[in-house]
Amino acid sequence: MFAYIVRRLIYAIPILVGVNLLTFTLFFVVNSPDDMAASQLGDKYVTPEAIENWKQKNGYDKPLFLNPDAAGVAQLTDTIFFDKSVRLFAFDFGRSESGRDITTDVATRMWPSLAVALPTFLVGIGVNICVALMVVMFRGTRLDRGAVFVFVALMSISYLFYIIGGQFLVAKTWRLVPISGFHTEGQVWKFLILPVLVGVVAGIGAGARWYRTLFLEEANQDYVRTARAKGCSELSILFRHILPNALIPILTGVVVLIPSLFMGSLLIESFFGIPGLGSYMLDAINSQDFAIVRSMVFIGSILYIIGLLLTDISYTWADPRVRLS
Amino acid sequence: MKPVILWSDALIFLLVISLALFFWRLRNDPQTRERWAEVFSSRLGMVAFTVIAAYIMVALLDSLHFRRALENPESLATEEVFYDNKVTSVFDVLTGGMGERFERTYSAPFALLSFEKENIKDADGHDIRDFPPLRHAGQHLSHPDERAGDILGKSVRALLWGLLLCALVITPQWLLLRGSRFPWLASWTTQAVILCSAVWMVSLSRHYHILGTDQGGADVLFQSLKGIRTGVLLGTLATLVMLPIAVTLGVMAGYFKGWVDDVVQYLYTTLSSIPGILLIAASVLLFQVYIDLNPDFFAVGMEKADAKFIALCFILGVTSWSTLCRLIRAETLKISQLGYVQAAHAFGVSHTRILGRHVLPNVVHIILITFVLDFSALVLAEAVLSYIGVGVDPSMGSWGNMINGARSELSREPTIWWTLTGAFFFMFVLVLAANLFSDLVRDAFDPRTSLRRASA
Repeated sequence: MFAYIVRRLIYAIPILVGVNLLTFTLFFVVNSPDDMAASQLGDKYVTPEAIENWKQKNGYDKPLFLNPDAAGVAQLTDTIFFDKSVRLFAFDFGRSESGRDITTDVATRMWPSLAVALPTFLVGIGVNICVALMVVMFRGTRLDRGAVFVFVALMSISYLFYIIGGQFLVAKTWRLVPISGFHTEGQVWKFLILPVLVGVVAGIGAGARWYRTLFLEEANQDYVRTARAKGCSELSILFRHILPNALIPILTGVVVLIPSLFMGSLLIESFFGIPGLGSYMLDAINSQDFAIVRSMVFIGSILYIIGLLLTDISYTWADPRVRLS
Repeated sequence: MKPVILWSDALIFLLVISLALFFWRLRNDPQTRERWAEVFSSRLGMVAFTVIAAYIMVALLDSLHFRRALENPESLATEEVFYDNKVTSVFDVLTGGMGERFERTYSAPFALLSFEKENIKDADGHDIRDFPPLRHAGQHLSHPDERAGDILGKSVRALLWGLLLCALVITPQWLLLRGSRFPWLASWTTQAVILCSAVWMVSLSRHYHILGTDQGGADVLFQSLKGIRTGVLLGTLATLVMLPIAVTLGVMAGYFKGWVDDVVQYLYTTLSSIPGILLIAASVLLFQVYIDLNPDFFAVGMEKADAKFIALCFILGVTSWSTLCRLIRAETLKISQLGYVQAAHAFGVSHTRILGRHVLPNVVHIILITFVLDFSALVLAEAVLSYIGVGVDPSMGSWGNMINGARSELSREPTIWWTLTGAFFFMFVLVLAANLFSDLVRDAFDPRTSLRRASA
């Protein structure tokens, strides 16, 4: 098991290198530092001196890959590639274009993201499974077909409308919770309850439909017929037989998302004014702060790869027949 | 009049023609025919398809662009014709100039007065502060109280014209397809509803703003209709860009195995490990910087917006091929183990021939399912991307831009709900129809579900 994890971690290295190279090409080769400086300083009346100054201030005044002016190892290390890309591997994200330290920003903004994303994730799974089980109980009837239609209709509504509708109804019309904002002390839940609610409701359509197909696949198996033949009640078939067996496909779909919860949700956070990583990314995109975008791409890929690894491990835990080797 | 062909116009017509050819070639294949028959033998499938077809029609009509010739002033004694800088589409003309009646700012649906008070002069010439009358709504009414009766009368008349149009459109279909085994009645009903509401919209919009106006005074209904082209084009073109990459790499990886497979797997794992929205945002931003630094490329403003739009389709396509590639690779792996492929090998058939004649036709169903499934996802994604600020150009009408412009207006008192309602309705209908249709297509073409039904 341990050897397997180590091997998977080693496999992850080329992928991270690939991510790194890709972002480097996107940010420095497709768009040269000169272009970046020009767009950061404004489109018009940019003097070459101003560009040089900006590049020097932000550390973009070096050659891309190889520095012929330096001596020894510094030929490789005193370059943009080493400064901006290789350092990411040591989790050294450097400073944003506006001069803030990215590592501290990420460390403080991670927790509000998690405070919204984790409850949404857990409550969402619970609600979706319950709804799906209820629908599966009535499989083959009009109720089932009607429910599937409702799921598809719910899926067809844009996420933006869920957020806007939730804010309008719950916060503005009924005045139950504040429309947006966040507090670290005191009644945090007041600010969390609406984003979590919106996130859960928005996910019901796609989620419950997916779980329904999983449960239906299990419900057609022989062991279900056997259980029914030996006199099990429909409820005990659902919860004692179908649910545990459907856990394996559920796990694969779900576990891979867990590490990404740290990244938060772009839309929810920006609409509800939560100072998490999602709104951090959005602000970076809007202010064209490429240093932050670069770092977030790297963090996101690491979390995704960890998710894949966790998926494999959870397989063995849920299904003893699977052995990792 | 001078026709203007934008890149996206050319691409969408190319797409429609190639799809038509594709289906024309497939018509003799009994298996495929049977599956499509299954999709269309349900009433739901018919209704969904009719709705999608109506959207595509609007998108195509809105893709025929031209520039109007300007009338030379008397003083200018030259034969040269000058053209309007604004690009008009056939659809703009068909809606009877719905988009050319601007107000000053917001106004409610069917309103006669503007939404905001302004300084105006009353009958005696005194300055007062009141709601000014709209420029293009209810001009023909002698008294505001006549409005309800007028709307009712005009609606009834529009409905009668609409029914006449329905009779013209549906009767030939009825004569042709009377004995068909498909539930055409469902399609005709849908067509009738769409045609009647279209006639109603066009005729009433000459006298009122049916869905009000937005902040800039533009007609909301017209903007929602213009959003159709953007949504449909994005949904199809992005998939079109993705298909060749995904299919080529997927089939090669599954067929040749070995190092080709390793490379392809590495490529898509790397790509899918990057958070999609960040990759898209970064690419769009970089393209934006490029356009900003090279402003001389485009003659008309619309061409610049169009270039951005095409770039967005390309970026969406290039960043999202990994799922389809994975599916095709797995299927090809399975197929290349089958007896008939082995037999072809033994007969010395070349690789390209095996791939083209034996492997590709058997992964077509995956491509088809993905094409329909991705369509609705892309339409939804457009709204989110526009909200983030990396979507289509603001000058190009789209539902995402409408939502983006209107989302803070719900907090006003009284609430401005019509912009969001317009965008919501037209987007919801398209995505719902596409989702329902893709469900049916998947049920019909996915061998797993068809097997299950056969055994049940």
